[in-house]
Amino acid sequence: MSEKKNKPELLHKNYIQSLKIEKRWVGFYQAIIFIVFFSSWQLASQKQWIDPLLFSSPSKIWNLLLEKIQDGTLVSNIGVTLTETVFGFILGTLLGTILAAILWWSPMISRVLDPYLVILNAMPKVALGPILIVALGPGYSSIIAMGAIISIIITTIVVYTSFKEVDPNYLKVLQTFGASRWQCFKEAILPASFPTIISTLKVNVGLSWVGVIVGEFLVSSRGLGYMIIYGFQVFNFTLVFLSLLVIAVFATIMYQLVELLEKKIIKE
Amino acid sequence: MTFLTVENIHHTYFTKTSATTALSNISLTVEEGEFVSLLGPSGCGKTTLLSIISSLLKPTQGTVLLENKPVTTAKNQIGYMLQQDYLFPWKTIEENILIGLKLSKQLNQNTKAAALRLLNQIGLAGVEKQLPRQLSGGMRQRVALVRTLATEPKLLMLDEPFSALDYQTKLKLEDLVSQTLDEFGKTAILVTHDIGEAIAMSDRVFLLSPSPGRIYKTFTMPEELRNISPFEARNHAAFSSIFQTIWKELESLEREKE
Repeated sequence: MSEKKNKPELLHKNYIQSLKIEKRWVGFYQAIIFIVFFSSWQLASQKQWIDPLLFSSPSKIWNLLLEKIQDGTLVSNIGVTLTETVFGFILGTLLGTILAAILWWSPMISRVLDPYLVILNAMPKVALGPILIVALGPGYSSIIAMGAIISIIITTIVVYTSFKEVDPNYLKVLQTFGASRWQCFKEAILPASFPTIISTLKVNVGLSWVGVIVGEFLVSSRGLGYMIIYGFQVFNFTLVFLSLLVIAVFATIMYQLVELLEKKIIKE
Repeated sequence: MTFLTVENIHHTYFTKTSATTALSNISLTVEEGEFVSLLGPSGCGKTTLLSIISSLLKPTQGTVLLENKPVTTAKNQIGYMLQQDYLFPWKTIEENILIGLKLSKQLNQNTKAAALRLLNQIGLAGVEKQLPRQLSGGMRQRVALVRTLATEPKLLMLDEPFSALDYQTKLKLEDLVSQTLDEFGKTAILVTHDIGEAIAMSDRVFLLSPSPGRIYKTFTMPEELRNISPFEARNHAAFSSIFQTIWKELESLEREKE
C-alpha cells in the first residue's frame, strides 16, 4: 500500500533528476563551444594560420585587459559608454511609449503621422549622427541622443500596435462604468501592453548599444566606441577585440536585467 | 411612471461601401423590477440595442429614457455584463470588483465593504486576493456579476452572459443571477439566443426579427413561471408549450427570410 502511494513521488523525483541531467549536458556543450572557440583562436594565432596582427589572440587580449584595468582607463571608458547606453535606452523606450500613447489618444494624429512614421522607421537613424553632433555639440548629449533616436520610432510603432490590439471589450467594461479615456488607458491599455513593452525593451538594449557605439565613433574621445576607433586607427586590433568582448559582456548583463524585470512584472 | 422607455430607435451602420440598417423602429418600455429578454437569431441587432440603451452607442435616431431622463445623463446607473467575464487578468479579484467604484470615485469604506459582502453572498468568500486565472469560468462570471452590481446600477444589461459556460454551470448561474436580482429588486434586460433561457428567466420576452432588427412579437410569461426559479421554470408544465410557441415563431421568421 505504502509502495503504491510513493510511486508518483518516485516518478516525480526521477523526472526532476532527468531534467537536471539534461541541463548539465546543455551547460557542458555550451562550455565546449566556448573552450574550442577560444583555444583554436589562440592556437591559430600562435601558429600563424591567421594573421596575429589582424586577429590578435585571446592571450594578448587578456594581457591588455589586465593592463587597462590597472591603469584605470578601461573602467572609466566602460563607465562612460554604459551611462550613455542606459540613458539612451531608457529615453528611447520612454519617449517611444509616450509617443505611442499620444497616437492612441488621438486617432486623428495617428492617421496624420502614419506616413512620417513609416519614413522615419525606414531611414537609417545613424545617418542623423552628424546633424545631432552639430545640433547638440560633440559630447554626452549627442551620443545619448543617438542611443535614444535609434530605438524611439520602432518602439512607437510596436507599442502603438499593441495598444490598438487590446481587446475592445475591456474598454467596454470600463466605459460602462463611465471611465474617461485617461482611465481607460491607465486601467486597461497600458497594463495589457506590458508584455509587449518588455519585449521591445529587449530589442532596445541591442539598438541603444549600436547607437551609442556609432555616436562614439563619430565624436567621442572616451568610451568603448572610441577605444574601437582608436585601435583601428593605430592598427591595434587587440584593443578592438578587447572592446568588442567587453561590449558583449555588458550588453548581455543589460539584457539579463531586462529579463529579470520581465519575470517580476509578468509574475504579477 | 415607466422605468425605461425606448422610443423609435433606428440605427444604421455605415461603411465605405454600404449602409446597413441594424435596427428599425424599436419601441419598448420596461417597468421597475422587471426582467425582460431580447431573443432573436444572430445578426438581429440585439447587442446593438443593448449598447444603445446603455448609451455606449449613439443611435441614428430615437431616444432612450431612464426614469424620464435621457440615458446619456445617467452615468453609472446602468450595469453591463458581457458574454465573457472580461476580468482584468493583472488585477486581483478584489481590485476587479472595486474597479467600477474606483472609476466613478465612489470608493470608500462603506461601498468597499458592501462589494466584499456581495462577493461573500454569491458564494465566493476568500478569493479576494487571488487572480482571475486561478478561478473557474463559472466563478469568474460570478465575480463579473459582483463587479457589475458593486456600483449599484438601477438597470442591468446582460449580454449573453451565460453563453460561454458549460451547461451545468449555466443553469446554476441562471438561478443565482435571478435570485440576486430579485433580492435587490433590480431591473434587467437579457440578450440571448437561447429560447429556454429567455423563458426561464424573464417576465417578458421580445422576439426580434433580423435585417433590419425589429420587434416581431412580445410574449408575456405566465404568472406561475415568473415566481419560480429558472431551473424550476424549465421543469414546469407550462414551459414546453411556451417554448413550442416561440420556436414556431422563430421558424416562421426564418421562412419569411427565405
